[in-house]
Amino acid sequence: MTPELISSLSLASPELIIAVGALALLMVGVFSGRRANDIVNGLAVAVLAGAGAWMLLFAGHGKAFGGAFVSDPFAVFMKVLMLIGAAITLIMSVGFAKAEKFDKFEYPVLVLLASTGMMMMISANDMMTLYLGMELQSLALYVVAAINRDSARSTEAGLKYFVLSALSSGILLYGITLVYGYTGHTGFDAIASALTDTGRQLGLVFGLVLVLAGVAFKISAVPFHMWTPDVYEGAPTPVTAFFASAPKMAAMALMVRVTMTPFEPIGPDWQQIIVFVSIASMALGSFAAIGQRNIKRMMAYSSIGHVGFALVGLAANTEEGIRGVAIYMLIYLVMTLGAFAFILAMRRKDGNVEQINDLAGLAGTNPMMATLLTLLMFSLAGIPPLAGFWGKWYVFLAAINAELYTLAVIGVLMSVVAAYYYLRIIKIMWFDEPDEGFQPMAGELRLVLGASGLFVLFYVLIGAPIGRMAEAAAKTFF
Amino acid sequence: MTDWPILSTVTFLPLVGAFLILLIRDDSDNARRNIRNVALLTTVFTFILSLFVWAGFDNGEAGFQMVEKTDWLDSGISYHMGVDGISMLFVVLTAFLMPLCILASWESIQSRVKEYMIAFLVLETLMIGVFCALDIVLFYVFFEAGLIPMFIIIGVWGGKRRVYASFKFFLYTLLGSVLMLLAIMAMFWQSGTTDIPTLLTHDFPASMQTWLWLAFFASFAVKMPMWPVHTWLPDAHVEAPTAGSVILAGILLKMGGYGFLRFSLPMFPDASLYFQPLVFALSVIAIIYTSLVALMQEDMKKLIAYSSVAHMGYVTMGIFALNQEGIQGAIFQMLSHGLVSSALFLCVGVIYDRMHTREIAAYGGLVNNMPKYAVAFLIFTMANVGLPGTSGFVGEFLTLLGAFKANTWVALFATTGVILSAGYALWLYRKVVFGALSKESLKSMLDLSTREKAILYPLIAFTILFGVYPAPVFDVTANSVQALINNVTVSLDAAQSAAAN
Repeated sequence: MTPELISSLSLASPELIIAVGALALLMVGVFSGRRANDIVNGLAVAVLAGAGAWMLLFAGHGKAFGGAFVSDPFAVFMKVLMLIGAAITLIMSVGFAKAEKFDKFEYPVLVLLASTGMMMMISANDMMTLYLGMELQSLALYVVAAINRDSARSTEAGLKYFVLSALSSGILLYGITLVYGYTGHTGFDAIASALTDTGRQLGLVFGLVLVLAGVAFKISAVPFHMWTPDVYEGAPTPVTAFFASAPKMAAMALMVRVTMTPFEPIGPDWQQIIVFVSIASMALGSFAAIGQRNIKRMMAYSSIGHVGFALVGLAANTEEGIRGVAIYMLIYLVMTLGAFAFILAMRRKDGNVEQINDLAGLAGTNPMMATLLTLLMFSLAGIPPLAGFWGKWYVFLAAINAELYTLAVIGVLMSVVAAYYYLRIIKIMWFDEPDEGFQPMAGELRLVLGASGLFVLFYVLIGAPIGRMAEAAAKTFF
Repeated sequence: MTDWPILSTVTFLPLVGAFLILLIRDDSDNARRNIRNVALLTTVFTFILSLFVWAGFDNGEAGFQMVEKTDWLDSGISYHMGVDGISMLFVVLTAFLMPLCILASWESIQSRVKEYMIAFLVLETLMIGVFCALDIVLFYVFFEAGLIPMFIIIGVWGGKRRVYASFKFFLYTLLGSVLMLLAIMAMFWQSGTTDIPTLLTHDFPASMQTWLWLAFFASFAVKMPMWPVHTWLPDAHVEAPTAGSVILAGILLKMGGYGFLRFSLPMFPDASLYFQPLVFALSVIAIIYTSLVALMQEDMKKLIAYSSVAHMGYVTMGIFALNQEGIQGAIFQMLSHGLVSSALFLCVGVIYDRMHTREIAAYGGLVNNMPKYAVAFLIFTMANVGLPGTSGFVGEFLTLLGAFKANTWVALFATTGVILSAGYALWLYRKVVFGALSKESLKSMLDLSTREKAILYPLIAFTILFGVYPAPVFDVTANSVQALINNVTVSLDAAQSAAAN
């Protein structure tokens, strides 16, 4: 082994840990019989946690595999978020798996494989790595979305996601070929320097648009969002929680990386695209969520809207903007995990329920659950002093500094529209006549919901160190 | 004493009470009594502490006092608290009204007492925080966060159309505030700080001032509320429980006026002068139009709500008269209105608790069996009209005087509002209190209970005291207002001479 290979492998060691772990757990699952799901699930969480700890303690920063793979503060920050998302959604699936006969040990293994892909996406520094990481993640996600084979809706969700995602991969690949054709490179740094030297040609702009379209599909930004509501609604709830958390972190990291590294010299070109996508996502997410009856579907539109808000920071194309995106994604992750812990706990005697009206009068029947969800909803709506407000604060702060006034004004107005449907949930819980309450929450869900509620409530006290970490991450690109 | 962070203590003490209440299990009558007692004790104790703020306040000093400053978030956003002559009395007013609110809810709130008291205590923290904050982000956080408990209070314990009213209140106010948020960000990038004392001395470019002023105006005009964005107020007032109306009228509306004094005037003086005619026009329309609307109301709370809009019209007019009389009068009017309109809502609450209707037509002749109530209601009605000898007169007179100096026509039209207010207030009083006691259901109504006396009598005392002897208030405000006006005049002169060159 050459020294270069050794250092490369050491930089990529977290990914290797998860990949090897996934293969090993497949064996464990096959040979451990009836309790396979519990064992594999626990071990998968351990693998994710181990990879995260290893990354923070031992894996350094630098470029690997001839510059195709990069590990820098931004990548580490986003990887930690992604690993937290994946691990917590696995933990939250335990109770559901028992109650709903959703005991397939392939699920944790597929989550590990998807996580490997997502880690590669976050660290991609070459169009090849980008594509490979994205495909590995997507292939695992197709199966995960359709994992409930006996449910028509789950199968539909998987199929829909597969067809649309395949299309977007094709678009992405076409974009990559155009970029390669006009710059002669696939490495991000090389593309950037080629663009600086030669300026941009028209064909390259097509390539840029197509690449961004492919990535926008993964973060479910408008106009590439169509799969989101169906997959969120159709997939089993723990899978939805996973879809809403980890892949969003990875894809957003990729979006930042692609715009800030290879296409950095043509900032004004992609800024227009991001501004449009951001406005469209905020508007659609806000208005379309109003009419929803199913809480998972509502969360889908909510996530579209939140991606729009996060992109406001990216549109600024500044260090503050990237810091804003990083903080926004962190806060969004915590809020989403809390909200899905709640949705998973919406259980009655005859199984899980998903309609928003099932929450009626919850403040009377389960006051603690209702209070925590109320906090999360106010936070998602961006009301201070809760965490959601600070996410919006940082991204809009960057947008104002970049003089994107139209974007900022439209954005805050959309946040008022969005506040309406979050308030509706609070109204149903607090103002309406009590319905039948829910069964007591499972311990792990209680923990996640409680931690999430405390985080949004006390963000004002811990905001300073989080802001510093995000700032360090954002410095990567400047 | 000087080192003790008294403002933080006053601000966050109610939160401690809320936490204690959180620990009580709300399932027996005993527990409910405990919850009420804890809430009352907390608010009384907060009020006593706020008196220490007043006692320790140096009237001769125009700047900020009792300042506390700690690093908080990045970008230089700090936890910065302090009061000056403009804000200090609002802190005391808030702390004064809260125990009355708790007492007013003593018997009328029987369901979810625990959540109710927690919501009120949290609201108290946020309201006091608004007046103490010396960092604009901290101010915004307190300002906006107040929506959360108020939304719950209106929505859970309100009347029939509470859902509509609470949504309208929340979304209307939020819509106004988000534009202010963007303006705050723009100010941060322009001046490099969010510290209010530093921003007060910062000169914003004239073109920027216009936009910033408009963004702040969007927020404060809704909060105030000014015509034509006042429509959330009657709904919110009517549907809110009595104590909720008291807080809305007594404190939340004052945040708009306070915002104008703290931000719009000193930070954007050129824009304030430029938009003076607009504010005058809106104020006069508010005074006349909403007074006329008040004449037509059949619901007592709605009538008082419209009268609040009219009285806030005097406040905006006084503030933008940009002279000593106008601003002093506006502050006094806000404080006096905080007492008087709160008292009027409490008076309505007294008979609403007995009859469960707010229809004016359902009452009449109450003077026969409720003489003490009739006297109390009379005093507050007169104060609302602005009768000399009550606190209502001082504020109205000074704002009109200030407006007269700035623009005679404005003062002329605004004065007609005094007559109109006498019209609707006396009409209401006659319908409810005088006449024959002909309705059977009213005959069994009892006069004020001890609890109700404890609520209304202090308010009577202060209404008359400040009407006869307003000096304690003016002593506090005079220096800060003078400094504010000097600051504005200097900026305006500089802008004028720059324009002349």
